[in-house]
Amino acid sequence: MSGLTLQNVTKEFGTFTAVRNVELTVPHGTFVCLLGPSGCGKTTLMRMVAGLDLPTSGSIRLDDRDITNVPTHKRDLGMVFQSLALFPHLTVGENIAYSLRIRGVGKAEQKKRVDELLAMIHLTGYADRPVAKLSGGQRQRVAIARALAISPKLFLLDEPLSALDAKLREAMQVELRQLQQRLGITTIVVTHDQREAMTMADTVVVMNGGEIRQAAPPVEIYRRPADTFVADFIGMTNLIDFKADGAGTQVLGASVPGLVIPNGLPSGIISVRPEDVHLTAPGNAPITGTVTFVRDLGGTIETFVEAAGKQIVAVSMPNARPDVAVGQSVGIALNPDDCVVLKA
Amino acid sequence: MRRETPQKLTDYSPLVFPAGMLIVFFVVPFATMIAVSFFKRNPSGFYTPDFVFDNYARFLSLFFGKVLGFSLMLAIAVAICCIVLAVPFTYLLSRARRRTQVLWLVALLSILSLSEVIIGFAWSTLFSRTAGITNLLVMLGIMDQPVALNPSFGAVLTAMTYQALPYTVLVLYPALVRLDPTLTEAARTLGASPIRAFFTVVVPALRNTIVATLIMVFIFALGCYLLPQILGRPQHWTLSVLITDQAIYQSNMPFAAAMAVFLVLVTLGLVGLTVYAGRKGETA
Repeated sequence: MSGLTLQNVTKEFGTFTAVRNVELTVPHGTFVCLLGPSGCGKTTLMRMVAGLDLPTSGSIRLDDRDITNVPTHKRDLGMVFQSLALFPHLTVGENIAYSLRIRGVGKAEQKKRVDELLAMIHLTGYADRPVAKLSGGQRQRVAIARALAISPKLFLLDEPLSALDAKLREAMQVELRQLQQRLGITTIVVTHDQREAMTMADTVVVMNGGEIRQAAPPVEIYRRPADTFVADFIGMTNLIDFKADGAGTQVLGASVPGLVIPNGLPSGIISVRPEDVHLTAPGNAPITGTVTFVRDLGGTIETFVEAAGKQIVAVSMPNARPDVAVGQSVGIALNPDDCVVLKA
Repeated sequence: MRRETPQKLTDYSPLVFPAGMLIVFFVVPFATMIAVSFFKRNPSGFYTPDFVFDNYARFLSLFFGKVLGFSLMLAIAVAICCIVLAVPFTYLLSRARRRTQVLWLVALLSILSLSEVIIGFAWSTLFSRTAGITNLLVMLGIMDQPVALNPSFGAVLTAMTYQALPYTVLVLYPALVRLDPTLTEAARTLGASPIRAFFTVVVPALRNTIVATLIMVFIFALGCYLLPQILGRPQHWTLSVLITDQAIYQSNMPFAAAMAVFLVLVTLGLVGLTVYAGRKGETA
């Protein structure tokens, strides 16, 4: 199969296991985001794919070739570093041409390719500038062009946009995704920013504690999280304990009709997104709570409700503004279809 | 933090002490030396104040020209040897574990505590026929019989490189520690082997530091006057040796001063040329 396959990859630093038994398949031409809190092993995993760290055990295959122990410079990949790592002693053009120069490509051909890449990143005419004279966004583009100069089989980016301000970062996310789709290149991005992952990726790989918690398309990650960590890490959610017995399912001290617990789980946690929590008049819903705080953000309104000693957040649009005030008693309606049942 | 520029004369008062020390211990002796270099030598005694160019004229001979040429060549050779050894060494050291780094730096600093005399005699023992390193090679069966490696040019060069190497490493070390390690990693992902990455990224990125270190070692080596005498033949004696000889043994202060001034001028000229070439290379 063409693409990247990681089999049972583990990396230990002394007694610390940074990456544990990772199994991952990245089909050719897909865009994968490794997402997780800092220290979750995502950067280590990418460094092993790049060959900058060698796995303690397991194998890495690229297009049916075992590259587990192939040195970095023989892997034909392109990588963008968090620090960008542009060579300070070279100009923009020389930076982009570096991988071509190393491979002994002729001067004329180098220049042609550099011009192509500069056009691609909208920096035509910048070839002779020193990299120190560029703005943050321009340096970012140069780092991307440099990594793509040899048309690599694999494009790796380690927190590539973290140095940019919020507005530029959002614009670059869209640009990077469009570029990847145009080139059809297999791409892996490490990020801790879930919006970035949701914007760009075909597959989001959520990691924690050196393990993959869930690998799925962005919407599935959001709608159907695999465990409480994923549910809590991606977006806002309400994690509510439940108890199930023959009579029904008890949530927040009330029975929710229609909520079927699979596998006969006696107790666990349900995850409900704040936009799926509907506030009604008390008595119209099985669960009753008291409003403790209302945060009106203009675009959305967050209502904090305390029910059975647990804080629940409900998000609504301004046009569906719930007519509530702090201290008021409200009913909480949950649609069983919106509840994801998870193990505790 | 923004500081105001000095407004009144008293604002310069913190400078009085360092400036005073600099004048008393550097400017005055140097001015005296320049003055003495124009004095007339008194063969029976010391020297008499005068303004003659005899001392400089005497210097302009084939013999002193050769000595000057050899001194400069030796200093350049020492500087190049130090850089060639110290840059890769310091690079690897800066990437090593903290503990390894500290051990090596302590070892290097301890070399600095050795005086030039001790270094000279230690190496003369190591290069001797009776107790030298060639005996080890004989024991290992590499050589047939021990030989004396000194006095020779190689012996002078080795000892001077040994003496200057700690300075070289200590000057290069901060720059190499500050060098972003992802630069070499980036070069490797772009297809450069570790050795290629070192020569195409680390060395060019540190060019200014390397040139500055080269100049420092060069000047340091020019002033060396004991090691050439201990480990070299008379033809390996540097201008510094001759200056010492003239000043101390021949009691010819004016001529020694003239040679010293000339050496300073030549050194300044060479350093200026290097800096100028470095600047030019930068803008190109």
